[in-house]
Amino acid sequence: MTENNAPARSAIDLLNDGEDINFKRPSQVKEILRRLKKNKGAMIGLFLLIFIILVVILADVIATYEVGVVQIPDNRLAHMSAEHPLGCDSYGRDVLSRLVHGARNSLLVAVAASISSCLFGCTLGAIAGYFGGKVDMLIMRALDIFMSIPDLLFTMVVVAALGSSIPVLIIAMTLAYFTNYVRLVRSGVLNLVDQEYVEAARAGGSSSARIIISHIIPNTLGIILVNVTLNVSSLVIYQSTLSFIGLSLPAPAPEWGSMLASARVDMLRAPLLVLFPALAIILTAFSVNLLGDGLRDAMDPRLRN
Amino acid sequence: MHRYIIKRLLFLIPTVLGVTLIIFFVMNVTPGNPGRMILGPNATAAEVEAMNEELGYNNPVIVRWFNYLKGIVTEGDFGQSYTTKLNVFDELWPRFLITLRLAILVLLLSVCIGVPLGILSAVKQNSLMDTIPTMIAFFLAAVPSFVVGILLMYVFALKLNWFPSFGLKSTRHYVLPVIAATICELSAYLRFTKSSMLESIRQDYVRTARAKGVAERTVIWKHALKNALLPVVTSIGMRFGCLLAGMVTTEQLFSIPGVGSLIVQSISTKDEPMVIGCAVMVSICFTLLMIGVDLVYAFIDPRIRAKYSKRR
Repeated sequence: MTENNAPARSAIDLLNDGEDINFKRPSQVKEILRRLKKNKGAMIGLFLLIFIILVVILADVIATYEVGVVQIPDNRLAHMSAEHPLGCDSYGRDVLSRLVHGARNSLLVAVAASISSCLFGCTLGAIAGYFGGKVDMLIMRALDIFMSIPDLLFTMVVVAALGSSIPVLIIAMTLAYFTNYVRLVRSGVLNLVDQEYVEAARAGGSSSARIIISHIIPNTLGIILVNVTLNVSSLVIYQSTLSFIGLSLPAPAPEWGSMLASARVDMLRAPLLVLFPALAIILTAFSVNLLGDGLRDAMDPRLRN
Repeated sequence: MHRYIIKRLLFLIPTVLGVTLIIFFVMNVTPGNPGRMILGPNATAAEVEAMNEELGYNNPVIVRWFNYLKGIVTEGDFGQSYTTKLNVFDELWPRFLITLRLAILVLLLSVCIGVPLGILSAVKQNSLMDTIPTMIAFFLAAVPSFVVGILLMYVFALKLNWFPSFGLKSTRHYVLPVIAATICELSAYLRFTKSSMLESIRQDYVRTARAKGVAERTVIWKHALKNALLPVVTSIGMRFGCLLAGMVTTEQLFSIPGVGSLIVQSISTKDEPMVIGCAVMVSICFTLLMIGVDLVYAFIDPRIRAKYSKRR
């Protein structure tokens, strides 16, 4: 943003890497990455996120799953100690173990739901925008009706009908978050469908599916990527909301929302029990937001100079 | 103009039909056994089967959906709760009103504070008036409303004892839940209004107005603001629907007998008619609201007005 000689710089970068000169896309990706690296907020977000991902991967090394689910009456509300670094909750379960294994559940479901809602929504949107006419009308009217049910309500209905498990949560959250992508990709496609290069591809004998996949999707990719990233953060919050009201994974499974819900009962005696899961949710969502926002700024051509 | 209004109102019918069908269909993906639910574990298989037959539960989903709609339209009958044996509507309506009242309070507060703050931070971009509220709002985007609620409850109800921590008996009971829900909602309005306003300030007509020599004050308030508020009005409709459903965490946290906690409770007792009733009720309310917003839009957006008055 403070940089006024950005185009000149990227030209020098290109000259250094001789092989990239003939391709436009790799240089664009490089330019975006370069601008992302300049964004302090995004870098902080990225580092926090890498830290969280490391915690998720190393969860079993940090604390075993068993101490987080097995209830030991003697350990009720135990203070911090070498054995239990963050103490124990009101059922005598190790808080650190619940926290790191809860991270695994939260991130797994949020990332999976974010990607699957993107794939589902983009497919529907591409179909609606590309084929137009009756197909478009049918999809968009159905979407209008679908959107008349508030997200959280629909998720609750799905969980009520199918019970709660990780696959059901992913499906329910996918159905709550795919609608944005349909609109996004549809309007992107409507803008692009009349462009010359698409017409040229069609004249050259490319099939509809090929035009959508190799010409239209890459052109809306930037905004989709930003949405997928930002949705991970709102999905982490969304899942913690579900588990707070008791509609996420069944009882002993460690989850940040349910940790909060059970800790608030003993809030006066053990306020730290509320603090840890709350910080975990906020830290995760905040770092993803930082990264997503930085990504959006890096991709916004209006902010290029 | 009338054509537009009639068109929007007519769209209400397929929407309500579709919404009830979707909810009905999802709830029937896994076969339930209402006879067993009503009669309890001691009833014989034959009694259960007879009860299912009597309730019409052995019919296909479409037939039951049709009968359900017929019941609502002709007698306002949303069915009977499995657990309390009471009429679903009688139990649902007072709780729905509680949620509605809370949600309207939250909406009014967050719009009245969030939208002006958003405008201010867009107009005074990069000044302290912009950076501080924007940074707070950006941070709050990562904070779920129940975390704010727990914090408020800890400080103001448990430690300082200024406000009660559960129930809804007096005005004082409303303070904490409403503030908890408002803080997150408000920051969402701030962010949305700001980006909409910034978008609007960048437009060509704003540049034209400035080039003509129109006073900066007039440019901002007349040219930019009027256009920036249109998407904000739409988002109010969308967000209010989500707020109605989203009040569930606040209701659970502060033990408020609203429609959200009723759904959660009914899900845990597998009280299917109650879940369907709540979902249908909230969705219909949401749909009516969205249509209301569309009608308001028709009055404030000259483009829609022009589109529909030229043809007459």
